[in-house]
Amino acid sequence: MHKPSMGAVIVGLIPFVAMCFTVSLWDRIYPIVFGLPFNIFWLCAWVLITPLCMWLAYNIEQAHLKEEHPDE
Amino acid sequence: MSNSAIALTVISIIIAFGSILGFYAGARHKMNLEQWTVAGRGFGLLLVWLLMAGEIYTTFAFLGASGWAYSRGGPTLYILAYMTLAYVTSFYILPQIWEIGNKYGMQTQSDFFHKRYGSMPLAALVSLIGVVFIVPYLQLQLTGLGIIVEVSSFGGIGRVPAMLISFALVAGFVFASGIRAVAWVSVVKDILMLFAAVFLGIGLPYVYFGGIPEMFTALINSKPEHLIMPGSTKVMGHSWYISTVLLTSLGFYMWPHIFGATFTAKCGNTLRRNAIIMPLYTITMPLIFFVGFAALMTIPGLSNGDLALLTIVRETYPAWFLGLIGGAGALTAMVPAAILILAAATLFAKNFYKPLFSPDMTDEKVAKLAKILVLVITSISLYFAIFSSSTLVALLLLGYAGVTQFFPGVILGLYWKRVTTTGVFTGIITGIAIVAYLVLNKMDPFMGLNAGFLALCINFILTVLVSLATEVKVNGFQELQSKEATKL
Repeated sequence: MHKPSMGAVIVGLIPFVAMCFTVSLWDRIYPIVFGLPFNIFWLCAWVLITPLCMWLAYNIEQAHLKEEHPDE
Repeated sequence: MSNSAIALTVISIIIAFGSILGFYAGARHKMNLEQWTVAGRGFGLLLVWLLMAGEIYTTFAFLGASGWAYSRGGPTLYILAYMTLAYVTSFYILPQIWEIGNKYGMQTQSDFFHKRYGSMPLAALVSLIGVVFIVPYLQLQLTGLGIIVEVSSFGGIGRVPAMLISFALVAGFVFASGIRAVAWVSVVKDILMLFAAVFLGIGLPYVYFGGIPEMFTALINSKPEHLIMPGSTKVMGHSWYISTVLLTSLGFYMWPHIFGATFTAKCGNTLRRNAIIMPLYTITMPLIFFVGFAALMTIPGLSNGDLALLTIVRETYPAWFLGLIGGAGALTAMVPAAILILAAATLFAKNFYKPLFSPDMTDEKVAKLAKILVLVITSISLYFAIFSSSTLVALLLLGYAGVTQFFPGVILGLYWKRVTTTGVFTGIITGIAIVAYLVLNKMDPFMGLNAGFLALCINFILTVLVSLATEVKVNGFQELQSKEATKL
C-alpha cells in the first residue's frame, strides 16, 4: 500500500489552516471585498485556491510514486 | 389551471423524466448484488465524480443551507469550509482504501473493518451504527421532499400526505434502479441544481436590492451580527466552528454509502484527481446562502428557516418557475435518498443479518432481503420525519456525530500497525455512547464544542491507549502494508 509522502501531507494542511483553524482572524465583516463581507470572501477565495494546493499535492505524489516504481 | 396545479405538474414532469432516465440506465445491466451496489467496480473519473458530487448536492445543501443562512447566519459558513476540506481529506485516505478494497474484493465499509481487524462482531457493529446514523440523513431528504410538495401546493397538500408522497417516490425510485441508474440521474439533478443556485443566488438579490453588494450593504445596516459567528445563535462561536468543520470534513468519507462509492472507482489515481477538481463543486454554495440572506430581509418571521428558499421563490416568480425549482429540489432529495437506502439496506442484510443470523445465505437471498429492508428503513425514516421538528442541518450534524466515530478505526487501520481490535471496539462504543448521551440530553454544543467532535477526540485517545495496552492479534492488511505499493 502506498503511503502519502510528507510533502503532500503538508500541502494538504494549508487549506485546513486557512479555512478552519484561523477562523478568529478572518471572521469579520470588514474590509468588504467585491461587495462581500470579509469572511465570505475569504472562504470563497480558498475554495478556489484549494484545487491548486491539491494539484501540487498530486504532482508531489506522482513523483513519489515514480520513485518507488521506476520501471512503471 | 390554478397556481398549485401548475407548480405540481412541472414537478411531476421533472421527477418522471429523472425516474425514466434512471430506469433505462439500470435496465441495460443485469442486476446481481455487486451490480446493484458497486456497479461492477467499473466507474471512471466522470461517473465517480458525479456519484460523489451527488453526495453533497442534496436537500441539505438546497433547502438546509439556505434555511440556516436565514435562521442562523454566520455559523452556516461551516458548510463552505467542510465541503472543501472533505475533498482534501479524501486525497490521503481514499486511494489507499480503494487499493485495499480492490485487492480483497470489498463492497462495504464493514468489509473493510472485518478484513483489517478480523472480527465479525466489530464488522457487524460498524454496519449497525452506519445504518442507524443513515436514518437521520434519510429523514432529512424525506423532510425536504415533504417541504417541497407542501410549499409548491400552496399549502393545499398538508405535511403528512406530502411526506407519504415523498416516501412512495423514493421507494419506487430505488426498486426501479440501482447505483448505476442513480449516478446518471445525478447528472440531471446537478445541472438543475447548478442552474437553480446561479439563477436564484444572483437573481433574488438583484430583484429585491439591485445586486449582491447592495444586499449585503442592507444586511450590514440592519443586522450586522447575523453575518459573523455566532450569528443569530448564542452557542455557535469559533470553537464550535472549528470543531464542527473538523468533525464533518474528517467524517465525510466515513458515511457508509460514500465509503462504499470509493470501491466503484477504476483506479486509485482517479480518486486523487477527483480531490483536485471536487472542491470547485462547493463554489455554488455561497449563492445558496445569498438566497437565505435575501429571504431574511424580505420575508422575515418564517416558523421554519428550511421553508425560506421555496417561499421566497413562490413570492417572487410565477408558478411554473416554482415548479421548476421544486422539481430540481425533489431530485436533489430523491437521488441521495436512493443512495442512502441502497447502502443501508445492503449493509444491514450483508454485514449484519447474514453473518450473525444466517451465515449460509446465498447472494440472491441477501439481495432479496435488502429489497425488503428498503421498505423497512424508509418507513422508519418516514416515522421520524413526520414526528420530529429538527432543522435539516441539525439532522445532518447528528448523522456526522455518529459516523465520524469510525474515523480512528479507518485511519489507524491504514497507517498504524500497532492498532488492535480491542482498541477500536472500545473507542467506537465510547464515542457513540458520548454522542447519544450529549445529544439525547440536548447538551450539544457542549462547552462551545460540537458534541460529536468531543466524542471523536475521546474515541481517538481511547483507541490509541487501549491498543498500546493490548496485543495485536490480527492485521488483515499486513501483506499490503509490509511490502510497499505493488501497483498504483
